[in-house]
Amino acid sequence: MVKIFTIKDLNIWFGSAHALKDVSMDIYVNEILSIIGPSNSGKTTFLRMLNRLNDLNHNCKMEGNVKFEEEDIKNIEVELLRKRVGMVFALPLALPLSIFDNVAYGVRMHGKVKKQSLKDIVEKSLQEAYLWDEVKDRLNESAFKLSGGQQQRLCIARTLAVEPEVILFDEPCSGLDPISTAKVEEAMVILKQNYTIVLVTNNVKQAARVGDRTAFFLNGELIELNKTENIFTAPKDKRTDGYISGKFG
Amino acid sequence: MRNPYRTQKIAFSLLFLATLLIVVPVGLIVIVIIFKGFPAINWQFLSDIPRQGMRSGGIFPAIIGTLYLVAGAIIFALPIGLLAAIYLSEYSKENVLNRIIRLAIINLSGVPSVVYGLFGLALFVVFFKFGASILAGSLTLGIMILPVIITTSREALESVPDSFREVSLSLGVSKWQTIRHIVLPNAIPGILTGTILGLGRAAGETAPILFTVAAFYLPRLPKSIFDQAMALPYHLYVISTQVPNVDEKIRYGTALVLLALVLFMNLVAIIIRYQFRRRKKW
Ligand SMILES: Nc1ncnc2c1ncn2[C@@H]1O[C@H](COP(=O)(O)OP(=O)(O)OP(=O)(O)O)[C@@H](O)[C@H]1O
Ligand SMILES: [Mg+2]
Repeated sequence: MVKIFTIKDLNIWFGSAHALKDVSMDIYVNEILSIIGPSNSGKTTFLRMLNRLNDLNHNCKMEGNVKFEEEDIKNIEVELLRKRVGMVFALPLALPLSIFDNVAYGVRMHGKVKKQSLKDIVEKSLQEAYLWDEVKDRLNESAFKLSGGQQQRLCIARTLAVEPEVILFDEPCSGLDPISTAKVEEAMVILKQNYTIVLVTNNVKQAARVGDRTAFFLNGELIELNKTENIFTAPKDKRTDGYISGKFG
Repeated sequence: MRNPYRTQKIAFSLLFLATLLIVVPVGLIVIVIIFKGFPAINWQFLSDIPRQGMRSGGIFPAIIGTLYLVAGAIIFALPIGLLAAIYLSEYSKENVLNRIIRLAIINLSGVPSVVYGLFGLALFVVFFKFGASILAGSLTLGIMILPVIITTSREALESVPDSFREVSLSLGVSKWQTIRHIVLPNAIPGILTGTILGLGRAAGETAPILFTVAAFYLPRLPKSIFDQAMALPYHLYVISTQVPNVDEKIRYGTALVLLALVLFMNLVAIIIRYQFRRRKKW
């Protein structure tokens, strides 16, 4: 298996709060890596580290060695890194633009594209995000007219449109009903063929359903990382067992 | 016995009274000016130069002068104020120096306008040798309204949700593009509000133009930005206090024109702002 991220001895602080402690792991190409753990365990912090969104917080200090395809992420131009490592946030964050412009936004900003190819990119991205059929007749309406579940898939399409290699999902279904959740999950499993996916989820069952491997975080530490079926059938650590069987967290 | 319903009624009456206390005097001023000034308004009054030592004729040069000054002040203050606001809201880090800068800007908007007048005299008229001129007056007015424009623009920029910035940056869009295409368009209504406030102030102040541009009596139009000019607030001051036997009609007519000018500028800005608000979609 080919590594896409190599993380060694990662520590992150927010001021004096130690949010991630000595985390080391690899992330492989074309896998879905699920990250589970109770609140405050550092899942979001870990995810935002991967495309350097934590840099926006001046309080945040990072130590350790994180490589994206053999190159230290600190040495990659941050715009380029974020273009290659896209992110879908916990809340559906549509931009105050039309449906079409939301999806086209990143592509437009990244340079000149012909009108027709922009249309093709938008259509392809919406299709990959399982949204095309629901919006194809109303592309010029405000994105805020969509339901929460549709907006979340719009955000996925927007991320796909800039053709990243990795997609980071931060609890993408936390505000969604079961049907929308099923649609987003369906989209993710298909996306796996072409993208690497890191999925943070509060929903243990979701991790079991879609993850190839699952990592369990607790209080900023990586407790266990293994094939999903191993984590859920034979966890090595008592704390992992306790969390997935619902005894705490 | 406390009756919550009665308490609410009393509180409501008090609030209503306070509102009335503000609205009534403003309304009265406007009504008085309209009633006393309206008879003076006619085409000649608006388009002619002052005649007979300003006791008759029109106020056209003063209207034009004020328009020039306001336009000049905005041309100078809006770009600089906006850039400063962008710097303060998007780029400056949270530290002591920047907090002092912010505080200083807020306090600057409380500085009496006559101080700006003296400052303009010293810097633009004397030091830069612009003389008493439209340029010097515009720059002085511009500096006077900078704090308002910076403060309101900064607040408008900061009220754009951070999540929009994060989404944009997370797509690999650069910071400047994010500001240009996401933050600025959504801050325009607030920026316009600051501009409106600045416009009104620049049009109405007398002290800053007193030493820097205003001509007592100049019955012709200014020829260049290095020319002196008449201006409505100063003209009003002159005909009210410096020239004897000016018809009350003319004084109130001048006040009415100044008032209408400011209200008209506000109206235009409010309409633009309304158009943007309607497009705003969150
Ligand atoms: N912007 C921030 N400023 C200060 N502290 C932060 C910030 N973001 C995270 N932290 C701290 O880092 C720690 C980990 O937070 P993180 O958001 O990564 O947890 P999480 O596992 O994603 O939790 P949740 O499941 O609730 O989303 C917490 O103790 C939190 O207080
Ligand atoms: Mg989180």
